[in-house]
Amino acid sequence: MKALVAIKRVIDYNVKIRVKEDGSDVEKDNVKMSINPFDEIALEEAVRLKEKGVVNEVLVVSIGDNSVKETIRAALAIGGDRGIHIGTEGALEPLGVAKILAEICKKEAINIALLGKQAIDDDFNQTGQKLAAILNWPQVTFASKVEIKDDKAIVTREIDGGLETLEANLPVVITSDLRLNEPRYASLPNIMKAKKKEIIEMNADELNIDFKPRLKTIKITSPKERGGTVKMFSNAEDLVKTLRDKEGLIK
Amino acid sequence: MSCLVVLELENGKPNRPSLATISAAKKLSQNIDVLILDGKAKEDVAILTDAKKIYYFSSNQQDVLAEEIVDILKPLSSKYKFLLAPSGTFSKNFMPRLAANLDKQMISDVINIHDNDTFDRPIYAGNAIATVKSEESIKLITIRATAFEPFTTKTGSSEFIQLKEPEKVTFNKFLEREESKSERPDLSSASIVISGGRGIGSSENFQIIESLADKLGAAVGASRAAVDAGFISNDYQVGQTGKVVAPQLYIAIGISGAIQHLAGMKDSKVIVAINKDEEAPIFQIADYGLVGDLFSTIPEIIKLI
Ligand SMILES: Cc1cc2nc3c(=O)[nH]c(=O)nc-3n(C[C@H](O)[C@H](O)[C@H](O)COP(=O)(O)OP(=O)(O)OC[C@H]3O[C@@H](n4cnc5c(N)ncnc54)[C@H](O)[C@@H]3O)c2cc1C
Repeated sequence: MKALVAIKRVIDYNVKIRVKEDGSDVEKDNVKMSINPFDEIALEEAVRLKEKGVVNEVLVVSIGDNSVKETIRAALAIGGDRGIHIGTEGALEPLGVAKILAEICKKEAINIALLGKQAIDDDFNQTGQKLAAILNWPQVTFASKVEIKDDKAIVTREIDGGLETLEANLPVVITSDLRLNEPRYASLPNIMKAKKKEIIEMNADELNIDFKPRLKTIKITSPKERGGTVKMFSNAEDLVKTLRDKEGLIK
Repeated sequence: MSCLVVLELENGKPNRPSLATISAAKKLSQNIDVLILDGKAKEDVAILTDAKKIYYFSSNQQDVLAEEIVDILKPLSSKYKFLLAPSGTFSKNFMPRLAANLDKQMISDVINIHDNDTFDRPIYAGNAIATVKSEESIKLITIRATAFEPFTTKTGSSEFIQLKEPEKVTFNKFLEREESKSERPDLSSASIVISGGRGIGSSENFQIIESLADKLGAAVGASRAAVDAGFISNDYQVGQTGKVVAPQLYIAIGISGAIQHLAGMKDSKVIVAINKDEEAPIFQIADYGLVGDLFSTIPEIIKLI
């Protein structure tokens, strides 16, 4: 059985985001980049499935310019077996990404596609669902528990009202939520080993599909700041008085 | 330029996020139709939304899968210029699947509508706002409900249209749902939210948060750290990847104020932070702060109100 994990290179979640003055984008020069945290969780799950003997190959795919190769390498150090780098320049959107990934899933005869539920840069939360639609596969989004049994995936998912469990046939698209697992750190020997693993190079244009962005970004701006400074209290009584008498928020 | 809104129901009525989505829809079109999963609610929905048409199922379809609802919506969608739903796990699940079926790039989490093609949406956990223009012939949009006032009317008269039951797909199956039950107000509609973080220390201690919430008639929320530690279940998480709330009053207790948490609550009207560390970043966005140990300050507050 073969698993595909799609990974996106994003600004690290600890970096304070700065919007460029010309409103064209956020500052990306000299900023720490990492694997999208949700994709890291998806990768960890795939590697665990391999360790359990459910999956025998974990394929790591990333789309973008040459810099994403570093991210693929990092994913191979965590436990991916083989990488595919699909070269593109310029902006990508979930629909285009899903179309590209669908081609790879078909070519590689993938049984389980694992993706992060959202990327922490564009916060779209769409790609996995769109991939499932294009392939006409079942989808299980926002997974917090995955079990593969007899060509079925029994997956618990986090929803607004609590949890729900679905049973999907393979091939399937699963998107990971935060509590699916806690990703491991790559060990030094594994980082060394990853250097020798294969990364296949391919250009997105070779796939002959239309992945051009449909949305036009007019501008990027900073959010409205909350006005004023915090008023600090030294005791509970003053706080309660203010909320009651000044703000009228409590009785 | 007509618009179809897929509503979410709560106790037989459109929930607050759904009514906010109607308000957003009104900015795009005066011809608004809605779809509901439970036909029993149709009269109330007619009165509360002023929809032209209400599509409904005769039996409650609350367990419908994304694959199944997409099969229903796909043929309907060709009549519309806009398909809207409140942003939540239900719409985030089916809407992108529908969009890909229609070969459309959907727009998630819209917080502002400039005109029929131009929308604002938060990116980078709300640390930047993207203004995007879409020329898709059908625009699929999820609405960040905290950014719009709930629609109010009491005059609706609608045409009711019964849909045939969704056909079960063979490749995916609903097994069970574990709904967390609570007598307290719902997070996404409460006017006061009391949230606890890692500082609470244990699920037993979370009762302190609950007692304060009960005193104030408030909803309970939590940080990711509190959920991960098992103090409370996942559906209470506020933040970039949890729920987004904007109540009149948000009280963050034992929460440090990571940007991912702020993404879910920084549009609250008044923010109060209670933390024993006066350097905690939460104080930078709070209106009022109280430095102290929550195990002594919260019981004191409860006594005072
Ligand atoms: C991809 C991604 C998505 C994420 N999404 C979310 C999300 O949606 N929501 C979310 O909340 N987080 C999210 N996080 C996690 C976030 O980065 C923080 O780790 C988390 O919010 C921290 O929770 P906390 O403030 O409860 O814990 P901590 O940061 O550990 O803070 C605990 C606070 O409690 C205080 N404290 C301790 N004891 C006491 C006491 N006795 N009295 C008073 N104060 C006390 C401490 O001073 C401290 O400030 C996400 C992270 C990632 C990487």
